[in-house]
Amino acid sequence: MTEWVIEAENLTRRFGAFTAVDAINLKVAAGEIFGFLGANGAGKTTAMRIFCGLLEPSSGRATVAGFDAMTQSEQIKQRIGYMSQKFSLYGKLTVKQNIRFFAGIYGLSRREVKQKTGEIVERLGLTTAADTLVDELPLGWKQRISFAVATVHQPKVVFLDEPTGGVDPIVRRQFWDMIFEASSRGVTVFVTTHYMDEAEYCDRVSIMVDGAVAAMGKPAELCAEYGVASVEEVFVALARKATRHGD
Amino acid sequence: MRNLYYILQKEFLLIFRDKTILRLIFIMPVMQLLLIPLAADYEVKHVAIAIVDQDHSSDSQRLVQKVGASAYFHIVAVPPDYRAGTTLMERGAADILLTIPPHFERDLITRGHASLQLVADAVNGVRAGLGTSYALSMVRQFQSELRALAQPAAPVGPSIEVSSASWYNPHVNYAAFMVPGILPILVTMVGAFLSSLNIVQEKEAGTIEQINVTPIRKHEFILGKLIPFWVLGMISISIGIVVARVAFQLWPAGSLLTIYVFAALYLVGVLGIGLFISTITESQQQATLLSFFIMMIFILLGGLYTPIESMPRWAQLIAAFNPPSYFIAVVRAVYIKGSTLSDLAPALAKFGGFALVFNALAMWSYKKRTA
Repeated sequence: MTEWVIEAENLTRRFGAFTAVDAINLKVAAGEIFGFLGANGAGKTTAMRIFCGLLEPSSGRATVAGFDAMTQSEQIKQRIGYMSQKFSLYGKLTVKQNIRFFAGIYGLSRREVKQKTGEIVERLGLTTAADTLVDELPLGWKQRISFAVATVHQPKVVFLDEPTGGVDPIVRRQFWDMIFEASSRGVTVFVTTHYMDEAEYCDRVSIMVDGAVAAMGKPAELCAEYGVASVEEVFVALARKATRHGD
Repeated sequence: MRNLYYILQKEFLLIFRDKTILRLIFIMPVMQLLLIPLAADYEVKHVAIAIVDQDHSSDSQRLVQKVGASAYFHIVAVPPDYRAGTTLMERGAADILLTIPPHFERDLITRGHASLQLVADAVNGVRAGLGTSYALSMVRQFQSELRALAQPAAPVGPSIEVSSASWYNPHVNYAAFMVPGILPILVTMVGAFLSSLNIVQEKEAGTIEQINVTPIRKHEFILGKLIPFWVLGMISISIGIVVARVAFQLWPAGSLLTIYVFAALYLVGVLGIGLFISTITESQQQATLLSFFIMMIFILLGGLYTPIESMPRWAQLIAAFNPPSYFIAVVRAVYIKGSTLSDLAPALAKFGGFALVFNALAMWSYKKRTA
């Protein structure tokens, strides 16, 4: 039997009269890499923020790692990692200090904190930059550190909101290697992206249009269903129907 | 508790990396204490007086000389007539215009009384008020001198003499009054500004979101912000106390410990205000404006410059809820009167309440999740 790590039933979020997320239904299995696609303004980030316990849902239900997003958001937080669109580590702290801080507040023991810090620095090939202020590092490095920090406590799920924005294909590929590596350790990956080549890396994808899930399935299945060659073409076909325009 | 350790470590690292904050902590107490007491002096000296002498008698001359000899007055002109005197005042050259009418001496001798006219430029109310009262007392002295001259042998009629003494601050040393008042303002400013900017900074940088998505507890987060700034605030007041000693030879007549006990509690309250501001604002501009607004009310109604007792009723009511006014009163009492902790115990409860209310507000308004 499949273990569902993320479940949403008619999950809805309204901001005043505007319905950002409109009764979405989806299930993500443990260990999956799930691509959460959609045009700008389609409601991806809003949905993700609800799953992470940063935003209250207006109606419907969502569970993450077996906990209710409405009533048990703090339990969820212990079991998830989150990497926001905007780089959000402490730029004025060094790489090591950032890792140590987040590992510490995720409740790792003092010994684990030390061990993890060394391990991550080594794995990222940042041994020489370990004591550099994060602000001084290139964006690609910052993104990989953010990812390492988001998974420092071995979460069940990691939520990545456009994790590879603004970097070149080689750096993106390096980032995805980290995602595959985490996935192989059993971490469920829930990722939004605008790069359709990245969508092809996912086990399954959903495409959001105007706050609703318009299509969902394995990339190959979706292509077959729409009679096209790539997820990109599926995306364009669906996104064209959108009435809402992003920023 | 363990979380708190990591939070504090992070906060202190960030503070030590921010050289502006450190400079502020050290320079602010020194500048404020050195400049304010020297510049903002209440004592009015060198009041510009113009005297219109229309009598030209020996008595009127003596009065003019008496005024001129006083340190409080500076005779700017002796205009020929009243009209010329008012022109001087209109130009702002004279604060006070004293007119000695014709027949001043004759009236004094033949009728036993005479009139003088005093006009004050009340645009600057303090100067006008004090100048007038100095001038009146001078005339009164002149009058008794005249009596003594005219009837040296005559028995002196009943007279009332008021002797006054200034307790606790015998020489009415201005710095002794002002400096202990500035210390609380200093703590208030350091505490409120630094803490009010801090959480907003995290909002702007987006780091708050990374924090909110961790299982960190609200009280741990607030304490993690409170403690570092509390330490900075205590350092700041300590520097202030040292500056007061070195520059003004002022040292509390009471116990230093009393001041620290109150400062410790008071700072927690002030930091609570700052943290509350930073939870309800979205940018550093908003936070700065709001804390500046509150600071103005705190300072103006705090009794540092204007005695609370002489404020209108409504302002006194506001002052009753103005935390700095209590701390200013406490620090002055300890410095000047030597009040002890037990003398001030009732205030201690108020300080505790103040600290509790604002930190509860900050804790309540800090939301890890947007509703």
